[in-house]
Amino acid sequence: MKQGFFTIEENRPLAGDVYEMTLSGDCSAFTGPGQFLNIRLEGKFLRRPISVCSYTAEQVTILYKILGGGTAGMTRLRPGDRLDVLTGLGNGFDTAKSGPAPLLIAGGVGLPPIYGLCRALLSEGKRPTVILGFNRAEDIFYLDKFRALGVSPILCTADGGAGKKGLVTDGMAEAGDHTYLYACGPTAMLRGIDALARTGGQYSLEARMGCGFGACMGCTIETRSGPRRVCREGPVFDREELLW
Amino acid sequence: MVNTTVDLCGVRLDNPVMAASGTFGYGYEFAELYDLDCLGSFSFKGTTREARTGNPQPRIAECAQGMLNAVGLQNPGVEAVISHELPRLAQVFHKPVMANVSGFSIEEYAETCRLLDAQPQVGWLEVNISCPNVHGGGMSFGADPVLASRVVSAVKAVTTKPVIMKLSPNVTDIAAIAKACQDAGADGVSLINTLMGMRIDLKARRPLLANTTGGLSGPAVFPVALRMVYAVYEALTIPIVGVGGISTAEDVLEMLLAGATAVEIGAANLANPYACRDIIADLPAAMEKYGIQNLSDIIGGAH
Repeated sequence: MKQGFFTIEENRPLAGDVYEMTLSGDCSAFTGPGQFLNIRLEGKFLRRPISVCSYTAEQVTILYKILGGGTAGMTRLRPGDRLDVLTGLGNGFDTAKSGPAPLLIAGGVGLPPIYGLCRALLSEGKRPTVILGFNRAEDIFYLDKFRALGVSPILCTADGGAGKKGLVTDGMAEAGDHTYLYACGPTAMLRGIDALARTGGQYSLEARMGCGFGACMGCTIETRSGPRRVCREGPVFDREELLW
Repeated sequence: MVNTTVDLCGVRLDNPVMAASGTFGYGYEFAELYDLDCLGSFSFKGTTREARTGNPQPRIAECAQGMLNAVGLQNPGVEAVISHELPRLAQVFHKPVMANVSGFSIEEYAETCRLLDAQPQVGWLEVNISCPNVHGGGMSFGADPVLASRVVSAVKAVTTKPVIMKLSPNVTDIAAIAKACQDAGADGVSLINTLMGMRIDLKARRPLLANTTGGLSGPAVFPVALRMVYAVYEALTIPIVGVGGISTAEDVLEMLLAGATAVEIGAANLANPYACRDIIADLPAAMEKYGIQNLSDIIGGAH
């Protein structure tokens, strides 16, 4: 964990209520895909924990959805504005478990950490299959980014407006055999995936957090190994550990 | 050169700034960011006799100038704290630490305090009779002067270190509870614990916290805490630890003038993990600005 001041380079709408923000600053605290950062916002007491989409040594990109006053305020931030950010939070995905051909599933705004994971797996020479789920065609974002990596995601929309009509679980049959499973998205989606899962896997969870760095126990969940903080021992958990 | 030292129940503090229980864990997370030895001390995560998993999710909500928590005393139990947490804590903090204790019966309070009292690192016992987020314990002891004094007597009978009773603001007359604690032999009081509050999820039309209610903390509660410390100071002769919404060095000075000997910083640590360090660093300049040479001279100075 590190605290630092970051400068906004870009802050733009992607689709629907989802925005992409790129920040420049010291990213040395990040250790891999699936971690998050925690942003202090003017007029809000608690920070806003947001998963990292991708990062370099000096830049980090996040995707966020307008959920309340805090994230709505973020959309009004402009390039050049400075933010107080805690970086390098959470455990992130374990790519060593993936095997040669893992399956990656993302639903809606659960996509960012899966994108970062996909890049990391590709750089390790693995062949990930990706399923992306959205509610409607107009909610789709980052499909082109995945394609630019050379993967062709199986696209599912709940209303059938693009790709396959249905949920990401409907896309799982099409994905075929895989060596491991990674997923991020709404809890109901993760439950559905877990019911169909035939391999080991890791899920990235969401929680209401107080501090985001392990001090307040606000985000603790019960697991097979006892209480675990989503912000510290998570947000990524082995699927076998979770009590649904 | 100003003097920031204060004496809390016979134990000298380099400065009056302590981190409040439940916002600082056992210190490790903060030790990644700064040297904890700059603190006056800190009160570690509330400890009970047995391990507790705490309340279901969600446990956290936000509000203007503050937050609500309903963690519910999640902790690994006193034996694990002594065998596992305290040795690790000793590596990152080298001053007397405050042991925060909760319970569900008078016997449980006494037993947990007895075990922690024997730990050399422990400088004070802070007995929480004010947790608003558990049922059948915590605050029920702090809402009744007779029960509160029984907890004090039972704990004092089995301990040697200063016993500081952490009081609830969710009572009609906090000074009466504080006086009962003093009369039963308490060495000090700390106040306030969180104020009971709630938020409602507009989409679900249900309470946002799984526990329905939670404890309000943060800058929003500072004036309430200050007024209660002021009132308790008039009724007591034992030291007061002022807690509630402190987020600046100036807030610390106000608390001392109201009657606090030391202060605890709570929610501010969650919003800014450097809060305690920054407040301590700002203290000498704030003292000079207001013409304060010795911090201990201003305790109760507003009366």
